Amino acid sequence: MCQALLVEVADIAAAHGAHGVQTVRLRIGPLSGMDAALLETAWPLASAGSVAQGAQLQVENLPVRVRCRDCDAESAAEPSCLLCGACGGYRTQLLSGDEMLLVGVELVTES
Amino acid sequence: MCDTCGCNITPGNREFAFRPVAGSTSAISAVSVLKNLLQKNDDQAAHNRRHFDTHGVLAINLMSSPGSGKTALLEATIAALRDEFRIAVIEGDLETENDTARIRAQGVPAVQITTGSACHLDAHMVHDALHVLPIAGLDLVFIENVGNLVCPASFDLGQHRNVPLLSVTEGDDKPAKYPVMFRVADAVVLSKIDLLSVLDDFDPVQAETHLRNLASAAPLLALSARKGQGMEQWFAWLRAELAAQRAHLQAGNAAQPRVRPDGALPHAT
Repeated sequence: MCQALLVEVADIAAAHGAHGVQTVRLRIGPLSGMDAALLETAWPLASAGSVAQGAQLQVENLPVRVRCRDCDAESAAEPSCLLCGACGGYRTQLLSGDEMLLVGVELVTES
Repeated sequence: MCDTCGCNITPGNREFAFRPVAGSTSAISAVSVLKNLLQKNDDQAAHNRRHFDTHGVLAINLMSSPGSGKTALLEATIAALRDEFRIAVIEGDLETENDTARIRAQGVPAVQITTGSACHLDAHMVHDALHVLPIAGLDLVFIENVGNLVCPASFDLGQHRNVPLLSVTEGDDKPAKYPVMFRVADAVVLSKIDLLSVLDDFDPVQAETHLRNLASAAPLLALSARKGQGMEQWFAWLRAELAAQRAHLQAGNAAQPRVRPDGALPHAT
């Protein structure tokens, strides 16, 4: 996943003619299957020698939220329990929590 | 420690791994994007799905822990259905072609993907396998993922249906422990139920409760491939899903897993 991220970042840097990347901003939800801490650990290794070497990862961890199809309430939920916080029903729709998004990058464009 | 995930970076050497971008004269420009981190995988998966659709094939991604009976389920399924459907299998394992040999012994085409150290299949590996799989005339392609309840859940392969297996020799709280995997299930196979009589700590009702807690309406298909118990409901599910896929294609739509692990893009509908 880290290498996939690196490819995306390198593509963006190349498209903008950047020669470095200062910051990479991500949004990750717990139901994406991506572990933010692991990603932060792997990033320096994966990016070493690339245009993104030395870039800082900024990870925004998103909460798990659901909307109930039965009572229409929106509530916070846990990854292992996506029941409606209001009525307890299981016919819920995930509003947030499975994201693994690259939100933005800050590029070094001249020196 | 391995050299792929970064676990060899410790608090003692972290400062050498992170090197700030130098240069006070540098100009910084912010670029906004909103992209799935696995966009390239997802693009390839969409390509694979179109390939399956072009040939009227239903592709099913079988996922589970190692040893919960994916290959045994396939052996029994092929033995029972090979005169009804034309079936092929894509096998994913870290090493060996043992599972492919078991499938070929059933008389159907099988392609082995050996992933080396990778703990999951991705869409590019499946694409490579599709280049050597004779797909014309097939009805069903099973993709047996690498035995792992974690990473396979995050990689779309181009399949139409996700089927995780949970064997009764595991804990009945597996759906709660691995919500990313079980949330995306279109059906869950509860395998090895012939052993329930000697395993008093596995409660199928509890397993189903944990599954429903993930807002999943996926059917829980309890069976034993080795003893031939409960197989008819699994076959009925396969027939119904293949018919649904064919109907989708006639209407000009591509079938997709009910819930896809696709970031913020369309959620469960």
